[in-house]
Amino acid sequence: MTSQSVPTLPAKVALIGNPNTGKTTLFNALTGLSQKTGNYPGVTVDKKVGSMDQNIELIDLPGTYSLAGRSPDEVISIQVLLGQIAEQKPDLIVVVTDACQFKRSCFLVTQLMELEQPLLVAVNMMDLAEKAKVQIDVDGLKKVLGVEVVPVIAKQSSSLDSLKDCVKDALKKKVPAKVHWTWPEAFEKEGVKLAKALSIPLPLARRALIDEGLPTEQLIATQCGDKAIEQTRAARETIKAAGLSPARVEAELRHNWIETNIGPVITQGERGPSFTDKVDGILLHKFFGTVIFFSLMTFVFMAIFDWAGPLMDLIDGGVGSLGELAGSGLQAAGLGGGPLESLVCQGIIAGVGGVLVFLPQILLLFLFLAILEDCGYMARAAFLMDRLLRFAGLSGHAFVPLMSSFACAVPGLMATRTISNRSERFATIFVAPLMSCSARIPVYTLMIAAFVPGDKVFGLFSLQALVFTAMYLIGIVVAIPISLAVKKFSGFSTESSFLMELPTYKTPSAKTVFLRVYQAGKAFLTRAGTVIFVASVIIWALSYFPRSQEIHDSHEVMRTEVQAKKSGEELETALKKIDSLEQGTYLRESYLGQLGQFIEPAVKPAGWDWSVGIAVLASFPAREVVISVFGIVYDLGEDLDTEEDDDSKALTNKLKAAKWPDGRPVFNLPVALSILVFFALCMQCAATVATVKQETNSWSWAMLSFFGLTFVAYIAAILSYQIGMAVGLGDLVQ
Amino acid sequence: MSVTKLSHCKPGQTGVIKNIAGDGPVIQRLLELGLIEGKAIRVLRHAPFGDPISIEFEGMHLALRAAEAQHLEILL
Repeated sequence: MTSQSVPTLPAKVALIGNPNTGKTTLFNALTGLSQKTGNYPGVTVDKKVGSMDQNIELIDLPGTYSLAGRSPDEVISIQVLLGQIAEQKPDLIVVVTDACQFKRSCFLVTQLMELEQPLLVAVNMMDLAEKAKVQIDVDGLKKVLGVEVVPVIAKQSSSLDSLKDCVKDALKKKVPAKVHWTWPEAFEKEGVKLAKALSIPLPLARRALIDEGLPTEQLIATQCGDKAIEQTRAARETIKAAGLSPARVEAELRHNWIETNIGPVITQGERGPSFTDKVDGILLHKFFGTVIFFSLMTFVFMAIFDWAGPLMDLIDGGVGSLGELAGSGLQAAGLGGGPLESLVCQGIIAGVGGVLVFLPQILLLFLFLAILEDCGYMARAAFLMDRLLRFAGLSGHAFVPLMSSFACAVPGLMATRTISNRSERFATIFVAPLMSCSARIPVYTLMIAAFVPGDKVFGLFSLQALVFTAMYLIGIVVAIPISLAVKKFSGFSTESSFLMELPTYKTPSAKTVFLRVYQAGKAFLTRAGTVIFVASVIIWALSYFPRSQEIHDSHEVMRTEVQAKKSGEELETALKKIDSLEQGTYLRESYLGQLGQFIEPAVKPAGWDWSVGIAVLASFPAREVVISVFGIVYDLGEDLDTEEDDDSKALTNKLKAAKWPDGRPVFNLPVALSILVFFALCMQCAATVATVKQETNSWSWAMLSFFGLTFVAYIAAILSYQIGMAVGLGDLVQ
Repeated sequence: MSVTKLSHCKPGQTGVIKNIAGDGPVIQRLLELGLIEGKAIRVLRHAPFGDPISIEFEGMHLALRAAEAQHLEILL
């Protein structure tokens, strides 16, 4: 076989580096929109790749200070670097370092050198180093490390070009890095022995010895069987018996080598208080820092709700017109009136469209998060909030995920990847859906406007606003015991810690911010097109079938009667009314309606009748569906909105007028409260359930989270109703 | 000259690391970041409820809890 017959595969370059070294900015600058996120075969760890050139593929590995495998992401990194993942072996490793903190970055560099593969060291932020009076002798560095070193200023395009040239050059030469230090004999002997016994590369054997209690151990077990863990432990004990601690051996060996060899090529001028020091004096001030933090968070949420409004209306209108267009199109094609039109208009367009409406909020949220993250503020927010989060058994690391969840749990769940403590990550995943997201707002608005009296409490706050706020608080309060319970029973180690670099403040990079927003939007739309699409179709089918001829016939009789008596506008209104009535009857008799009546005994203790029951069932794909279901059930047609328009008032009035068979009203204040509490706590969101599955890589966790939270919500709803009735709220008439 | 636990140091105090006690994943991480014997370190500030604290060493600002800081013995 000649090499000509095989198409040349693109060269693979792995990009790795400490967090906050501008690695992501560099990756974005080098690859731009050619980025793709996929999965590594067999595991659900995101793999970010992009092409730098036609023949060069860049793999972005997660930011890390060390090759120690703390999280699934980090375990993958070492496997990729060692070429243990099929077809992913990099031809070149590029390590991004921070010129201002070069010695610290060198810890990872020395680990990479031990892999003895082609290595290129990119020293980023040379401009900031100059400002901080740090001078790096690049030629001296090349000599000491014995690998190619390239200074980079990510903002300068000429600097990026020289980085690209260096990458191409290094790919041609392929000079493997060499090790210039020796491990203590007692340690190295065991390392070599273990590597041979398990037939794994020596660097991996060393990691196994050092990473006591970290996921590296599981990696070894998966690769070499359970006995490998015992062998590793035995080897570790031998080293300890010789008076050495593996983690200390590594840290001292590397840091001492760096101090002696790298120290001389770096000159550090006099360090005055930096810009970051001065800003932190205010932003981390015990009083002002806290005030600024809460003001900033309030601003972000106000902005998300206020600024997204017009855009959401636009999408809502667009979805509505699309539905009409599709409807008339199908009618013109002679397919109107049947199940196909209903499937397209009520099932797909209304179902998926109802979720699409939230796109602007998600984009805005990600815009703010990306800006706050990229400028360095998020780490400060985590620092300020760590103590409070400890009440829930969490740490400052959970701050960003939980805050994001107030807008939407999906990006919030994805943000939990940065939590390295597994029990804490799972607890955060479990409680994130309890943060009231934007999809609950329509439900809250409708119920509160209809059933909570508009009185003022202490002449100051309106009762309605208080109930609204209470819905946000109840989620937070319930999250505390649940988080503690998950931590306790998850079966993972529960040692909690908070260790976070507070990076230097910098101007956010427009490209990085744009890409974060773009990718979030793309991910959201993809989900809307898959999970939500399928769920919408299923719910539609259950609420559409069976269509009995009898119902059609009886309403047809009514139509004929009306047509005989009325004319003009009056006739049109009457016909519309009959259409709505027919819709309502169909729904009551549908599978979903039958199910609702079947479960009525179960939801009765919460004060709900069958209509609320099916509204809750039908709103599984997305909470806001509950409103359209009420609309259908109460014969209003499906196009309802919670805005203060006639329709909404009409729905409010219909809800108030609804009666049980014995004549009591279905809705009163306790019923409204129990519905509110249910929606504040339940997990009626297919996208969230799917994301929990994706993030925990387990259907059992996703199901536990769904049924667990729904159960909590159900019990809380019953309690709200029963207590509300017991204290006489049921007799309040508005 | 006195030796104090880092968790007992006040904002603004500077010193040199004398020892880092214990082991486990958190200690391993501190060691990797370069908190080893002989490194100069400065306490920057305490968070609003007194915990966590932030420190500076070799140009890095690091936030850690008192529970972690107590493993570090500082020569003031």
